[in-house]
Amino acid sequence: MTMSVHVDIVSAEREIFSGLAEMVFCPAEEGEVGISPRHAPFITRLNPGEVRVKVSATESYPFFISGGMLEVQPHVVTILADTAIRAKDIDEAAAIQAKQRAEEILADKTSRVDYASAERQLFQAIMQLRTLERFRKRGS
Amino acid sequence: MAVGKEIRTKIGSIKNTQKITRAMEMVAASKMRKTKERMLATRPYSDKIGKIIKHLAHANPEYKHSFLVKREVKRVGIIVISSDRGLCGGLNSNLFRKMLLQLHQWDQAGIEIDVCTVGTKAYGLFNNLKANVIGHVSKIGDTPHLQDIIGIIKIMLDAYHAGQIDELHVVSNEFVNTMTQRPTIEQLLPIVANELDEQLSNRHWDYIYEPDAKEVLDHLLVRYVESIVFQGLVENNACEQAARMVAMKSASDNAGNLIKELQLIYNKARQAAITQEISEIVAGAAAV
Repeated sequence: MTMSVHVDIVSAEREIFSGLAEMVFCPAEEGEVGISPRHAPFITRLNPGEVRVKVSATESYPFFISGGMLEVQPHVVTILADTAIRAKDIDEAAAIQAKQRAEEILADKTSRVDYASAERQLFQAIMQLRTLERFRKRGS
Repeated sequence: MAVGKEIRTKIGSIKNTQKITRAMEMVAASKMRKTKERMLATRPYSDKIGKIIKHLAHANPEYKHSFLVKREVKRVGIIVISSDRGLCGGLNSNLFRKMLLQLHQWDQAGIEIDVCTVGTKAYGLFNNLKANVIGHVSKIGDTPHLQDIIGIIKIMLDAYHAGQIDELHVVSNEFVNTMTQRPTIEQLLPIVANELDEQLSNRHWDYIYEPDAKEVLDHLLVRYVESIVFQGLVENNACEQAARMVAMKSASDNAGNLIKELQLIYNKARQAAITQEISEIVAGAAAV
């Protein structure tokens, strides 16, 4: 029997995932981390990107989060996502649109908008698209 | 017929009132469904962040965040969440009664208070009490957003950082079910460790922090306070609608009873008048 760890993913709006997993991959601020069962207590912030919950050798669930927090206890992993969506629910058209909009704002140097927020939006849209792409490539 | 004109107008006016209360009941019922859904949706997040914070209180971080350190209490801050509108039964008054008891205790211990209020009802109360209200929001409506309350939270957290207040409490209603709303006073800061969780407190341990303890904790603790206050607001909204629905239902029922009684009185009076008229006619005929 393989060891497993309980994983909870919640966003501010609802519970996204709750169940046992073999491993969890998260986009931590200092680089991607993979959490196995009995990991030492660990706490960090998350970047926008893909969270992948490996339930068994053949099955894993991808989620997109736009940032949040990760807490690890030896037998419980909690992900507090700002917003989280299942990868297959990502609306590709909306993501592309958001990306274009952010790029336009960044390109338009004359407008007085908040560059930091536009950049963040662009980053989020790109990560959404990348998550979707990977999800498709795996063909699941 | 002139008889019982007052009674008839009275019945008419009660009927009008009943129409209004019944409409309000139905509006509250549908709003309650929505606010309840919203409350249940945001509950997992605040539960989970609460759990993490409880773990954190058991950990032994090398960096002691001021939110985790107990201080001698000279002044406390409270955030009071109430409704904007009345006509919701004893919801606000039950909450205020419980809170005033606590305030009285603090007063006797020589502890002063700073208040932030959410909702016009709480503001009205503290204005009458001449308390030190340092922040206020109202007219948030049925779909609250985090932005609505970030202002008052910031006021309180800044005051806590500056040492103006030594504790922060949240006063709000907890939604148990449609019939029951429980007034609660919860201590937010400093964070108190849950004694029951022995598994965690028995051994000496700490988290691995990335990038470092200060940054992570600053971020997490502010998030925690925001999410607890926000959850309080969302729950209070659901409570308000539930309480209003129940209050309006009993008002409609009472109006129904009143109408029945008045109708009975009216009928009796009418009958007496007819009998009297007939006996007058008969007596008149007999005299001729």
